[in-house]
Amino acid sequence: MGDLLSVHDLETRFRTREGIVHAVNGVSFQLKKGETLGIVGESGCGKSVSVLSMLRLIPTPPGRIVAGRVMYQGKDMLKMTDDGIRHIRGSKISMVFQDPMTSLNPVMKIGQQVSEPLVVHEGLGRKQAFDRAAEILELVKIPNAKDRLNDYPHQFSGGMRQRVVIAMGLICNPQILIADEPTTALDVTIQAQITELIKKIRDELGMAIIWITHDLGVVAGLADRVVVMYGGLIIEEAPTKMLYDNPSHPYTIGLMESLPRMDKTRARRLTSIEGIPPVLMENPRYCPFAPRCKFVVSRCRHERPQLLPIGEDGHHVACWLDPHTGRENE
Amino acid sequence: MSEQEVLLILKDLVKHFPIRQGIIFKRETGAVHAVDGVSFDIYKGETLGLVGESGCGKSTTGRAIMRLFKPTSGQIVFDGVNLVDLPTEEMRKTRKNLQMIFQDPYACLNPRMTVGNMIGEAMVIHRVGGRNEIRDRVTDLLQKVGLDPAFSNRYPHEFSGGQRQRIGIARALALEPKLIVCDEPISALDVSIQAQVVNLLEDLQEDFGLTYLFIAHDLSMVHHIADRVAVMYLGVIVEIADCTELWDHPLHPYTLALMSAVPIPNPRLEEKRKRIILEGDVPSPINPPSGCRFRTRCNLVQDVCAEEKPEMREMTPGHFVACHMV
Repeated sequence: MGDLLSVHDLETRFRTREGIVHAVNGVSFQLKKGETLGIVGESGCGKSVSVLSMLRLIPTPPGRIVAGRVMYQGKDMLKMTDDGIRHIRGSKISMVFQDPMTSLNPVMKIGQQVSEPLVVHEGLGRKQAFDRAAEILELVKIPNAKDRLNDYPHQFSGGMRQRVVIAMGLICNPQILIADEPTTALDVTIQAQITELIKKIRDELGMAIIWITHDLGVVAGLADRVVVMYGGLIIEEAPTKMLYDNPSHPYTIGLMESLPRMDKTRARRLTSIEGIPPVLMENPRYCPFAPRCKFVVSRCRHERPQLLPIGEDGHHVACWLDPHTGRENE
Repeated sequence: MSEQEVLLILKDLVKHFPIRQGIIFKRETGAVHAVDGVSFDIYKGETLGLVGESGCGKSTTGRAIMRLFKPTSGQIVFDGVNLVDLPTEEMRKTRKNLQMIFQDPYACLNPRMTVGNMIGEAMVIHRVGGRNEIRDRVTDLLQKVGLDPAFSNRYPHEFSGGQRQRIGIARALALEPKLIVCDEPISALDVSIQAQVVNLLEDLQEDFGLTYLFIAHDLSMVHHIADRVAVMYLGVIVEIADCTELWDHPLHPYTLALMSAVPIPNPRLEEKRKRIILEGDVPSPINPPSGCRFRTRCNLVQDVCAEEKPEMREMTPGHFVACHMV
């Protein structure tokens, strides 16, 4: 299967009062048809900015996409006209945001909000659009969907609101659904409801998903492939099982070890990664993880490692060392 | 367990927040039943985990123990003294032994005070030591929580989230308290920082013989840090047991659902896992369900659950559960 979407060397910067923040520093990845890709990283690692840049949703200024290509259906989305990209956003590629409280318009009825993409993209009449909205709300398991079309967002609970937002993302039958921490603001039992729901819908409709999260647990059961980001760069990429069986970047290893595990007997102590994530005031010319890395060698502080394949199929790591053997990578 | 010394006894703690309506003559039209009859003991030197979803009353319980507000009814017996009826002045003296670490490291520090003044403030208020002593103690505390003592002249905005949480911990330690209520101390922090703070809390517990009430919604972290765990749902405790016992033999249907909802960072396990997905949302605490609070979402529900409130029963030594069906 060919790539549905491919991102090449994306770079995004923000101008702030303290200087220029290099949020994304050359990110490349591909998404295949029907695939679920997890993007994992801590706050400020550039995971959200990467996908927002893809869809050109970065507020400009202060943000600016300085380099890169985002190829979708043979066209570079970064070079499209505003009108062109508007045809893609919300219909071919749609997005679900973290906070269901702020991503809905509080003074607009649910039915109108959910059906709006249909009116805009497919030119449907009000009546038809509302009928489809009711169907899609049923799909995301909102009880009495038909009667609730005339309700306002405040009449829904957090979990229900996130379902509405997902319904809005699905209504034009997109090829790609981008979910930016869609369950972070929710309680665990509601989070389980939403992830199960998305899995079911994915299997029914067959769309591709990009799922952004800071929680290595959530993507474990959901993604086919996982990308780990740090300091505005992808530092490791692998099929999900391979990544969890054999994490190979010191940061990924540290992250996995620092998690308390319910599936294992209790460790006496958690292994922590010392130090704090970097503030990216310059484009890192060296490995951004070097200041916190246990395995650091002098080369790490001078040269930036490229994301290169290691051993197994589809496993890529950006590190000068093989932390399992302690030897330098080629 | 029985030979251990009890530090705090909570007995039928109730906290209702009144809902008032009307502009001039405010009438009480109802109440939010935030905590509705919570009882548990905390032993000296242990960590009791208190877990539950948002709105279940776990923070209210913690704040009531601190006497940040007066409970509607019930007893809070700390070191043999009932805090509920204590006069303000007495309470202030007792509060030396009770400290709290808050969730949001950005909101719990005064932006206009230096770190040193903040950590030393409690000592000034309680008239412990002179100026030099306080300064030495601040230096000492900053070192203990892993910060450079030179930071004591800086302001909170100069620190990262993890560092601020360390400052909050140093402040809580200043008066050598006996009990620290940790209200979601790590949930606002990044994953790689969480482990740092949890390790610090564990080290300090060992060094100072502290007792923690660890309030959290993250079950896997509670599993790591707690000796005993209490599970809360809509203002009541549904199950309480030793941490390992609870993990090996959870009894209450809510505990089971909660545990199965926690994602495990292991794709092979996740693949095989059968999850219990709870339907619907937590009911409103303004008008909680009759009988068992959990019955509206429970998969084992029977008629008796609506009619009778389940009592806490001891199933095996130290393992209590409130459910008709167990």
